[in-house]
Amino acid sequence: MLADIPLLSLIIWAPILGGIWVLIAGGERNVPTARVIALATSILTFLLSLPLYTRFDLSTADMQFVERMPWIAAFDINYHLGVDGISMPLVILTTFITVIVIISSWSVIKQRAAQYLAAFLVLEGLMVGAFAALDSILFYVFWEALLIPMFLIIGIWGGPRRVYATIKFFLFTFFGSVLMLVALLYLYAQGGSFAIADLHQLPLSLTEQTLIFLAFLAAFAVKVPMWPVHTWLPDAHVEAPTGGSVILAAVMLKLGGYGLIRFSLPIAPDASLELSGMMIGLSLVAIVYIGFVAIVQPDMKKLIAYSSISHMGFATLGLFIAFRIFADTGSMAGAGMGVQGSLVQMISHGFISAAMFLCVGVMYDRLHSRDIKDYGGVVNTMPIFAAFMMLFALANSGLPGTSGFVGEFMVIMGSFKANFWIAFLAGLTLILGAAYTLWMYKRVIFGPVGNDGVAGLSDVNGREILFLVLLAIPVLWIGLWPAPLLEILQPSVENLLQQIAVSKL
Amino acid sequence: MSLMLNDFLPAAPEIFLLSMTCLILLVDVYVPERYRLVTYQLSQASLVVTAILVMLLYPAESVLTFSDSFVLDRMGSVLKVFVLLMTYFAFFYSKEYLRARNLFKGEFYLLGLFAVLGMMVLISGHSFLTLYLGLELLSLALYALVALHRDSIVASEAAMKYFILAALASGILLYGISLLYGATGTLDIGELRSAIGAEGEGRNIVLMLGLVFVVVGIAFKLGAVPFHMWVPDLYQGAPTPVTLFVGTAPKLAGFAMLMRFLVDGMVGLRGDWSDMLILLAILSLAVGNVVAIAQTNLKRMLGYSTIAHMGYMFLGLIAGTAAGYAASMFYIIVYALMAMGGFGMIILLSRAGFESDRLDDFRGLNERSPWYAFLMLILMLSMGGLPPFLGFWAKWSVLRELVAVDMVWLAVVSVVFSLIGLFYYIRIVRLMYFEKPTDHSAVAAPADMRVMISTNALAILALGLYPGALMALCISAFAI
Repeated sequence: MLADIPLLSLIIWAPILGGIWVLIAGGERNVPTARVIALATSILTFLLSLPLYTRFDLSTADMQFVERMPWIAAFDINYHLGVDGISMPLVILTTFITVIVIISSWSVIKQRAAQYLAAFLVLEGLMVGAFAALDSILFYVFWEALLIPMFLIIGIWGGPRRVYATIKFFLFTFFGSVLMLVALLYLYAQGGSFAIADLHQLPLSLTEQTLIFLAFLAAFAVKVPMWPVHTWLPDAHVEAPTGGSVILAAVMLKLGGYGLIRFSLPIAPDASLELSGMMIGLSLVAIVYIGFVAIVQPDMKKLIAYSSISHMGFATLGLFIAFRIFADTGSMAGAGMGVQGSLVQMISHGFISAAMFLCVGVMYDRLHSRDIKDYGGVVNTMPIFAAFMMLFALANSGLPGTSGFVGEFMVIMGSFKANFWIAFLAGLTLILGAAYTLWMYKRVIFGPVGNDGVAGLSDVNGREILFLVLLAIPVLWIGLWPAPLLEILQPSVENLLQQIAVSKL
Repeated sequence: MSLMLNDFLPAAPEIFLLSMTCLILLVDVYVPERYRLVTYQLSQASLVVTAILVMLLYPAESVLTFSDSFVLDRMGSVLKVFVLLMTYFAFFYSKEYLRARNLFKGEFYLLGLFAVLGMMVLISGHSFLTLYLGLELLSLALYALVALHRDSIVASEAAMKYFILAALASGILLYGISLLYGATGTLDIGELRSAIGAEGEGRNIVLMLGLVFVVVGIAFKLGAVPFHMWVPDLYQGAPTPVTLFVGTAPKLAGFAMLMRFLVDGMVGLRGDWSDMLILLAILSLAVGNVVAIAQTNLKRMLGYSTIAHMGYMFLGLIAGTAAGYAASMFYIIVYALMAMGGFGMIILLSRAGFESDRLDDFRGLNERSPWYAFLMLILMLSMGGLPPFLGFWAKWSVLRELVAVDMVWLAVVSVVFSLIGLFYYIRIVRLMYFEKPTDHSAVAAPADMRVMISTNALAILALGLYPGALMALCISAFAI
């Protein structure tokens, strides 16, 4: 029976085993085989993740595809997996983006290619594990373990300052995580369970909640990343190889937002309400201030990295605006709009940022420069590429009809219900986003041919068109017809709101 | 009082090991040089048989014998099995190293066996006399082992420093014991416990002084800050197999000594000694983790790392519950397994005339041998406390017990230091993976050594994926 297949376990372990197979069968001596195995594994994993969508029950907020086995019996820790409407789209996003990354690195990575592919496959399994874990310790193990392949990816295949960037990335995220670990142990000491569902029910005083919220925030804010702990991201993005930037922006940042939704909000609802002003403030700083920072970046990857921080500011804004709406109006619908918008924003940003980084990667592979000033007039030599990049640039600046618009619009609509000025500041992003993205686009793509390098560019090849098309599809789909995604999110978001509406005091 | 055969039974593994060691001593004198391997093989066989005896005698409840001066209990049996296992690995790793340097002599194995006997007596000691006897048997064997390479100046310096400081520590410990004897009139751990009382009713100034000296003595032996000065020199100076041996099995014995003195004997004074341990733990975490960053010699760095790990080990004892003791025991076993792999890796990469003990020797290892780079990655990140490796669960266990007794602040302090610690462990990973090798020679090691080191490192990964069994074993050792 199909129902008995441990689907989530397969999605987690198939890529990890595939990664090991790549190293054994392919190895550095036989890179073509390694590539084929890696691609086959990633496609197989993606296909395995599709039944999560087709067989998903839209009518319930319960966890689906649940697997539960004792893991460490002495402390009641279970190998407990399951997805709901919040995590399922993120799992599919992960498996999809990994296929793209493998295709995009096909002939680009020359040094230690087998290890590169294996690292991405292992990383994929660990990220899916983090999204699907229903036991907090299992979550923590996946969450921390995925630092290892990412650390290696940036450090081995990155740019000139890669060692500095990767160690900064590693230590920043590790520091946040260990504080979260202490918080989890504290919750265990209080409630005697590591199951996330049990932690949601645990009554806690406001002081406890505040401290736990802050400990979780240390972990998740670094990952999102929120201002002012975002400084690792531009470094990591700039130095990472293209595939690393794509995974980092498209999936790993989402882990931070996901953590806030899964842990911080339901475990510490009163503290979330109490601190929502601060969180909204930090999100607005990220949206507006980082938006201005992005405008002046001379390096394309850095510009997109800052744009990611700004866009993720929307995701956190949407989550915490919900609390203000609750407190001020008691309206469930308005709050739901904020949270849903935040989730749509995260998923959409996954596709758009992946596409933007890949566009930069396409140019980098040809001229080995990320500086805007080294380009100009690319449209003359790469017209097809320019068209694709136009689409993604417009999506990045939030044009209606692309996925970038839906999330931002929902969050801004939600913010109006809470406070005009919050909505106004958030709305500025439509101007800022257009400014930094389109100005960069103009300088790189339009104008006379900038130099001999640009004059000698060849347009995108079949492989590059393939991954750009694959990314254009979801960007347009979510932009034009977001209903299927919203339907999936709806029950789980409502359930989350009901949980956080009840005070734990 | 007459001794019956039954009284000897609990000590059967020790008696067997002693007899075998004496036998090997005789054999070693008479075998010609080309059959020296016989000494090694006999030593390994004795360790295996002793371990089997310990397992066969695994007790349901504590058994006292020899006028209550020797105890056979579950904690002791578990520790003894791991001591024997680690010694087996240490002897194994050392074989080729010693051969290549013309140090392959019977003395190494004989001294090692006497040290093991000392550890086993120490672990089972239930009176001050047996504890001290075991400790001295262990220490004397170790002094000689450190000086095994007598033509090496560094090794001699390390041995001298170790001998003087350890002798001083023994003196301090003995003075503490004499004060305890003066205060209570007994050398027996059980009687000391009742003299003090469950809540420390018998607390007085002489007893407190005795406690302070005992804690200082043990801290010296374990190398906790501020009594750690000998550790880095010893780790760096001693031949690598000796460092490997000194850095693994005796740590378990040291843990047992801590348990026998503080928990079995002076549990009534828990409030007093746990304050002292808090101080030792924080200082060890700080000094061990911070100073390790500045090291360029891997053995020395691992020496500082040991100091930090002793700090973590104290955390479980500070929690002061049965689960906390189990967490500490889990920690020390896990640490010893990781240290064994780490030093094993140094031995594997070394060859005659090249010790491979500088950090730079690991530069670009991934290009020379991806497999050993991967194994070293497991070992280093495990020591740094990253899941899914075993080292994470060790830290997780002691932190859990600290948080359970509402010492969240100490847990936070220790995780902050673990962040600093992680920095120097990932430095090794950085050198192996992100840098170009300076030495391009292929890694040459005999097949059996390769298999053993792979088993060792993969066990860290496998036990990290399924840590439940080892945790349950440690918990059962303290279940009453």
